[in-house]
Amino acid sequence: MAIIEVKNLVRKFGDLTAVDDISFTVEEGEIFGFLGPNGAGKTTTINVLCTLLKPTSGEAWLNGYHVVRDQVKVRRSIGLVFQEPSLDDQLTAEENLNFHAILYDVPAGARVKRMEEVLKMVELYERRKDSIKTFSGGMKRRLEIARGLMHYPRVLFLDEPTLGLDPQTRTLIWEYILQLREREGITIFLTTHYMDEAEHADRIAIIDYGKIVALDTPDNLRGLVGGDIITVKTTDDRLAAQEISQRFGFQVNDGENGLHFEVQKGEEFIPRLVEQLPLEILSIGLRRPTLDDVFLKFTGRRIRDEEASAQEQWRERMKRGRRPHP
Amino acid sequence: MHNLRAIYIIWYREVLRYLRNRSRIVGSFGMPILFLFIFGSGLSPVMGGLTQGIASASPMAPKGAAIDFVKFIFPGIIGMNVLMGSMMSGISIVWDREFGFLKEILVAPTSRTAVALGKTLGGSTTGVIQGLLLLILAPLIGVSISAGMVIKLVPLLFLISFSITSLGVLIGARMKSTEGFQVIMQFILMPMIFVSGALFPMRNLPVWMNFLVKVNPVTYAIDPLRKIIFEAQGLPTFVLEMLPQAGLGVTLFGHAVTMQEDIAIIALFGAVMIALAVWMFNIQD
Repeated sequence: MAIIEVKNLVRKFGDLTAVDDISFTVEEGEIFGFLGPNGAGKTTTINVLCTLLKPTSGEAWLNGYHVVRDQVKVRRSIGLVFQEPSLDDQLTAEENLNFHAILYDVPAGARVKRMEEVLKMVELYERRKDSIKTFSGGMKRRLEIARGLMHYPRVLFLDEPTLGLDPQTRTLIWEYILQLREREGITIFLTTHYMDEAEHADRIAIIDYGKIVALDTPDNLRGLVGGDIITVKTTDDRLAAQEISQRFGFQVNDGENGLHFEVQKGEEFIPRLVEQLPLEILSIGLRRPTLDDVFLKFTGRRIRDEEASAQEQWRERMKRGRRPHP
Repeated sequence: MHNLRAIYIIWYREVLRYLRNRSRIVGSFGMPILFLFIFGSGLSPVMGGLTQGIASASPMAPKGAAIDFVKFIFPGIIGMNVLMGSMMSGISIVWDREFGFLKEILVAPTSRTAVALGKTLGGSTTGVIQGLLLLILAPLIGVSISAGMVIKLVPLLFLISFSITSLGVLIGARMKSTEGFQVIMQFILMPMIFVSGALFPMRNLPVWMNFLVKVNPVTYAIDPLRKIIFEAQGLPTFVLEMLPQAGLGVTLFGHAVTMQEDIAIIALFGAVMIALAVWMFNIQD
């Protein structure tokens, strides 16, 4: 049975449609990733699934419970790590976890043992008596993960779990997440706009302007791109683009590092290109497709270009209103 | 049972945060000291003994029991301090929202009613502490304290604080940013304190102001505080009875409002506030 089931979910804020008729299921025990730029509707979807927001229309079930009708049961089934920090920094690590455990009705007997377990997992047991004020950003995030696990949830939601952390800490957080699935066997639902992180997921839904544009395993998604990516820089890129599409029939895109296009067996194509292109070539690059290319294929944009602040995104979308999807 | 535990832990957090915030505790003495020792001492000579008129009517009045202006505003200052502390506690729900902690609470499998109640009870508890702490200043202005007085003050301070914390939660329930705090303090709380008779006798007031004083719930919070504290000052009974005529107690339609009536009015106000706060807090997006 699917642990999360979403059917035709829509959530509007005034005129803005943040989540636009999405449907998907998440299987028990998988790591499911939501990949998309800021403002794509990732957090809104999480907020609906964890009962913080009501859907405008459509339905969703979590652990078999309806997110509007069985709110309390849904809440008991989930753990959450929000995008923004949500610890009380006047309290100690232990006090924060204890507060959570009592709010989630963890029996007094199990509380101490579980606290030790989750704190040791994120390597913060020695710091349990310390005030959160003395914690670094990475430590806070780790403690939030530990807190989210206190009440033995079936699903752990991680909303941009590594946002604003340095690369080392990001790696560490990912170690915990992967370890978690091994040890606790719980389902992990995460959102990210980092391509490399999405690779860790079993399945990924690419979301843009509130719609799911693709959903599959990272490998299959990359397969959709159709081949390798060749990047070319010449003395006259405009002419080169014309030549390449005329001679080889490829669709050529103009990017920040010159022209790029998809080719099967890129290694074999490069000599042909050098031979047949009647222009001076400055550089040629070849790489395997990434999820960013998948995103580009489905949306015509790169996620990187979209990494403006969430607020800017929002404002822009408000101005544009509901943009029809290409 | 679960909801009771949830109320307890939210209450506990409020109290813990208050006790850990030393600067807030020390800071809460600032305004009262200014009012008592600067404002009070400055106005005292002009105002004269406020109970002199009554006391001189009877030769039996003991010397030294007269109520001067500083002693008069002391219960008002306690009330003011409790009110400001309570409003801050209630409205701190907006801080919790801004710092993300509210989300942690709202997504828990706990009823929002329990959350609002825990928050309000926590604020009420810290309000009582904040009010009682001011009694430290009493000896400095010649106000005597008795155990009986303190015992009567605690539940009254709790009730007052509960009402205003509820008002704070009600205001904070839908507020998105802390920018509005100042506005609420300046345009809601300070006017309520100023037209409550906390800082001046309610005698010969202009009609409009007299009206505002009488409809202001805070008036009925300050009045019983004053009654309890004055009672402990060894004033003869007939002086206490004449306080309303001297404008040192509240009269409503020519009737001197009793302690029970004061308490009934604040309790009613508090009940309406907490009901509205809980209702407001339960609205979901």
